[in-house]
Amino acid sequence: MFYRQAGDFKTTYRGDIQTFPLRQDRIAYYLMLAFAFLVVPFVINDYWASAVLIPFLILAIASLGLNILTGYCGLVSLGTGGFMAVGAYACYKLMTAFPDLNMMIVVLLAGFITAAVGLLFGIPSLRIKGFYLAVATLAAQFFLVWLFNKVPWFYNYSASGQINAPERTMLGFEVTGANAEPAVSYLFCLTILTVLALIARNLTRGRIGRSWMAIRDMDIAAEIIGVNPLKTKLSAFAVSSFYIGVAGALFFSVYLGAVEVGEVFGINQSFLILFMIIIGGLGSIFGSFAGAAFMVLMPVLLKNIMVGGLGWPTDIAAHIEFMVVGGLIVIFLIVEPHGLAQLWRVAKEKLLLWPFPH
Amino acid sequence: MSPQFLYTIEVMLNGLMAGVMYSLVALGFVLIFKASGIFNYAQGVMALFAAMTLVGIQNGQVPFAHLVNAVFGTNIHGFGWNLPALFAIILTLGVMILFAILVERLILKHLVNQEPIILFMATIGLAFFMEGFGDLMWGSDIKVLDVGIPSGGSLWLEDKTIGWAAEGSNYYGMYIDKLDIVATLVALLLVITLTLFSQYTKTGRALRAVADDHQAALSVGISLRRIWVIVWAISGFVALVAGIMWGAKSGVQFSLSLIALKALPVLILGGFTSIPGAIIGGLIIGVGEKLFEFTIGPLIGGATENWFAYVLALLFLVFRPQGLFGEKIIERV
Amino acid sequence: MKKLKATLLAIAVGGAGVLMSAPATADLVFPSLSYRTGPYAVNGIPYADGYADYMTLVNERDGGVGGVKARILECETGYNTQKGVECYESTKGEGALVYHPLSTGITYQLIPKATADGIPIHSMGYGRTSAANGTVFSHIFNYPANYWNGASHAVNHILSENDGDIKGKKIALVYHNSAYGKEPIRTLEELSAKHGYDLTLIPVDHPGQEQKSQWLQIRRERPDYVVMWGWGVMNQVAIQEAANIRFPMENFIGVWWSGSENDVIPAGAKANGYKALTFHQVGTEYAVFEDLKKYVVDAGKAAGNGDQVGTVLYNRGLYAGFLTVEAVKKAQEIHGTADITSEMMRDGMEALEITSDIMASAGMSAFGPEFNVSCDNHGGPGLGAVQQWDANAGTWKLISEFEPSDMDVISALITEDSDAFAGENNIEARKCG
Repeated sequence: MFYRQAGDFKTTYRGDIQTFPLRQDRIAYYLMLAFAFLVVPFVINDYWASAVLIPFLILAIASLGLNILTGYCGLVSLGTGGFMAVGAYACYKLMTAFPDLNMMIVVLLAGFITAAVGLLFGIPSLRIKGFYLAVATLAAQFFLVWLFNKVPWFYNYSASGQINAPERTMLGFEVTGANAEPAVSYLFCLTILTVLALIARNLTRGRIGRSWMAIRDMDIAAEIIGVNPLKTKLSAFAVSSFYIGVAGALFFSVYLGAVEVGEVFGINQSFLILFMIIIGGLGSIFGSFAGAAFMVLMPVLLKNIMVGGLGWPTDIAAHIEFMVVGGLIVIFLIVEPHGLAQLWRVAKEKLLLWPFPH
Repeated sequence: MSPQFLYTIEVMLNGLMAGVMYSLVALGFVLIFKASGIFNYAQGVMALFAAMTLVGIQNGQVPFAHLVNAVFGTNIHGFGWNLPALFAIILTLGVMILFAILVERLILKHLVNQEPIILFMATIGLAFFMEGFGDLMWGSDIKVLDVGIPSGGSLWLEDKTIGWAAEGSNYYGMYIDKLDIVATLVALLLVITLTLFSQYTKTGRALRAVADDHQAALSVGISLRRIWVIVWAISGFVALVAGIMWGAKSGVQFSLSLIALKALPVLILGGFTSIPGAIIGGLIIGVGEKLFEFTIGPLIGGATENWFAYVLALLFLVFRPQGLFGEKIIERV
Repeated sequence: MKKLKATLLAIAVGGAGVLMSAPATADLVFPSLSYRTGPYAVNGIPYADGYADYMTLVNERDGGVGGVKARILECETGYNTQKGVECYESTKGEGALVYHPLSTGITYQLIPKATADGIPIHSMGYGRTSAANGTVFSHIFNYPANYWNGASHAVNHILSENDGDIKGKKIALVYHNSAYGKEPIRTLEELSAKHGYDLTLIPVDHPGQEQKSQWLQIRRERPDYVVMWGWGVMNQVAIQEAANIRFPMENFIGVWWSGSENDVIPAGAKANGYKALTFHQVGTEYAVFEDLKKYVVDAGKAAGNGDQVGTVLYNRGLYAGFLTVEAVKKAQEIHGTADITSEMMRDGMEALEITSDIMASAGMSAFGPEFNVSCDNHGGPGLGAVQQWDANAGTWKLISEFEPSDMDVISALITEDSDAFAGENNIEARKCG
C-alpha cells in the first residue's frame, strides 16, 4: 500500500538497469541526498559534526570497504585497523611532503597506496580460508601497527611518535585542522562517501561484483565456471583496501587531527568495523550504512540518556552501556540473523502488503 | 658450555612455558569450536569474569555493591569473610556452570543452524555484555588473586646450573619461574583429564559424536542442548584455570580479557579442532616468538612478539591451510 | 544518584532530543574526562575521584571559588580517543573552563581544537612535553613537571646514589611501546652523552601481559638500574617479573604513572623498596584530608565508591583540583570578576604562582613543589621527587625533596620540538613580556 512495485513500467533498458529501478526508492534516495547536502550543513554544529556525523560518515566508508571484502567476496578480514593506519600515514606523509596538494587528491592517493598494500596482504587468501584467513589478516594488523610505531620516517622523526594533521584547504576552505568549519568537513566527507557508495553499489551489481559473489558462494564451483580466483580475490582486496585507506586518511586528517597508531588503529578498530557489517548485514550496501549508524549512534545515545538525561554516575552508565549494546547485538541476531538490512527488507515487504497480510 | 648457548636454551625453555600459558587460553576456544562450530570470541572475557568471581567470592565482596549503593544510598562493600581458595574455586565453578546454562537457554538455543559468522557475532555480543556485567558486579579496580601458587625464579635450578658455563664467565644460572612450572603441570593434568573424559565416559563419547557430525549424533538420541551446556561449562572451567594462572601474574583486572589475542595464533597454528594441536601450537608459538625476539629482535628494535606470532602462524598456514592438526578440509562442488 | 528508580520513564521519553547537551548555567564548569571502565580503569578511578572530591570540598567548605560554585562534568572516555573527542565536544558548550584530558592520546587531539576554541588544557605530567613552550602552545599547560623532567629526575636520583659519578653504569629503560613510552628516550640519550652511562632500550608491546623476553634480557645483561615508563597491566607484570628475577627493587625506578598502589600490591612483599617518581606528596597527613572527611566523605558526597582517599593517584587528582582552583582564584583576581570565562582562566593559569603560603592555606602544606608559571614557560621549573614503596606498611614514602631537573638539556629539546610543531602547522610564536 505505502510501498509499491506494481505499475512502475520501464520502456528502456537504461531505465531497467538504473541504480534504483523503483520510482519510490529513487525519490526517497534523492530526498535523502538533498537533505544531507542542502539542509544538514546549515544546522550542523561542532557537537553533531565531531561526535556523531563525521565519525559515522567515515566509518561508513570503512564498513563499505570491509563489506565488499567480507560480505561480497566472503573473505573475513581482521586487518581493517592496520589498513586504515596505512591510509592515515600515507595521508600524513603526502600532506607534509606536498603542502599545496588538494586535499581530495591526497585522500584518494592515500586510498591507492592502501590498495597496493592490501593486495600484498591479500595473497595468502588464495590458500587460506574462513576463520584461518581472519586470523592470518591479524598478522597484517599487528605488523603494520608495529611498523608505523617503530620506523621514525613514517612520523617525520617527531619526538613523540604521534602524527598531527596540519591545516589544509580545498577550494579555499579549510578541511583539516582545528579551524575547519564543521559544515565544510562534513560536506567533504559526505561527498566522498556518496561517490564511493555509488561506485560500490554499481561495482557489486556488475560483472566484477558477480564474480565476487560467485567466489563467496562456492569458490571451487566458481572456478569451474570460469571465474579466475586469483584475479577476483585480489581485486576484492584491492577495492576494499582502497575504501578502507580513504576512511583511514579521513579518520586521521578530518576527524581526529592527531593519531597514535596503536591506540586508534589497533585491533579494536578492526573488530568495530567487522561488528558494523555483521550487524548491518553482510553483502548489503544499505547494511554498511545501517551498521555504522548503529555502532556510532547507539553508545552516544545511551550515554546521553543515562548520564545527560538521568544523571547516573558515569561508570555505572558505561557498564550498562556495554551490557545494552551486547544484549542488543544478541537480540538482533536472534530476531534477524542477517542484520539490519534484512530487517529493512522485511519491513518493506510488510509495507508492500499492508493492510492485507497476503 | 658457552653462556650464549645456555642463554639460548634458557630462552627456549621459557618460551615453552609461555607457550603453555597461551595453550591454556586456546584450549577453551578449541573445546567450544569442536562441539558446536562456534568461534567463541568471549573466551577471554570469560577468563576475566571467572577470575573476578573467584576473587570476589574469596574475599567476600558483595556483588553489584556499587550499583546498589548508588541506587539506595547505602554503603555496603563486603560480607567480611575470607574463604579458603579451594572452596571459592568450587563455588566459582558453580557460577560458570550457571553461566553455561544461561548462554544455552538465552542465546544458543535460538541460533541453531545459523552460519558460523552469525554465531561468532553472537559471542561478540556476549563478550560486550559480560564486560559490562562483570565490572558492574565486581567493580573495575584491580584485585589480588592469591590461591597459593608459588612464583619467582627457581633457586634450585639456578644453583644446579650455575656451574655449567665456562669458568670465569658471567653466568648466573638458568632461570625458570615456578609459576610457569605449576602452569605446565596444571595444563598437563587438564589435557589428560580432558582426554580421559572424552575417551572413556559416556558424556565424553557423546561429545565426540557431536563434534563429528551433529545430525548423526542427534539421530542416535544425543541431546545437543545438553552437550552444549556441558561444553560451555567445561570451557568456563578452562577459562577459570587460565584466569587464575594469568591473574596470578598481573592481578585480576580488565586487561586479563586481552589474553585471548595471544591465543589466536596458537589456534590457527594448531587447528581449531584439535586439543593436542592447541598444546603443540602453543609451544611452537611460545618458542618461536621468544627466540625471534632474542635473536632478531634487537636488530629491528624489539617488541616483535605480538606480530611475529601471527606471521609464524601464517607461514605454517601457507603449507597447511587447516592448521597443523586440523581436520583436512574436503571440498565438494 | 538516587534517581534511578524514578527515571526509567525518562528512557522512553529519551530519543534524539537528549543527543543535545543541556543548557549552560552560571557556575564554574570543570569537565572531567575520566575513565572508570576499560583496561586503564584501575588508574582512572582514583584520579577522577580525587579531582571531583576536591571540587566538592571547595563547594561545601568555601561555598565555591570566589562565591561561584564549581561544577564537575564527568564524561567517560574509557581511555578511547574517539570517545574523548565526543566528550570534549559535548562538554565544551557548557562553558568549560579547563580540560584535564588524562590521556596522552586525547591531549594530542585536543591541542589544536582547544586552542582554536580558546579553552586551556592542563595535562599534568603527561601529554605533549614540548607544550611547556608557551610561545607556541598558547593554551596548553603541563606544569608542574613533564616526562622529560621525569627522565632527568630518575638520572639525578641515580647520580645522587652514586656520588655524582655514573660513568660506565648500565641503565635499562623498559617502556610501553607507544608514543607515551618513547617520550623519555631522547632525554635519556642526551643525558647519557653527558654523564657517560650506557643506555639499553627495552620496549614492551601493548598490553604487556607477557614480558618474559624482556626480563630475561635484563637478567642476562644485569643493568645497574632499570627505569620504567609503563602503563596499565604492564606495570604490575613488570614489577612481578623484576621481583622474580630478584632484581634489586631499590634500583628499579618507575615514572609517576608506574607508581601507584595498584602497581605494587599484586607483587606482594616482593615489591618492597620499589621506587617511583612523583611531583606531589603521598599519604593523608594533611589538613585537607580532615576537611575532606568532614565535608565530603562523611557527608556521603564522595565520588565513586569513596574508598580511594589517600592513594597515590587520588592525591594526584586532588592536586590537579587544587592547582585548578588556585588558577581560578588568580584569574578572578586579574580580571576582577568572579564569573570567569575560559580565556580568563587561561590568563590565570599563565600567572599562577604556587607558594608555600598558598599550599598551607589550602591545608596542603608542602604537598607539592613551589613554582611559577609564566607566559613563555607553561611547564614550570619541573621539580620532582622520588617515592619508595614500603610493602610491610603498605604505604609510599617520599625519600627526597622536590628537586630540579637538568633544564639545560631539556630546554633545548623543548625548543627543538615545539619549533618543529610550529613550522609544520604555520604557527607564529607569541611574543612574551
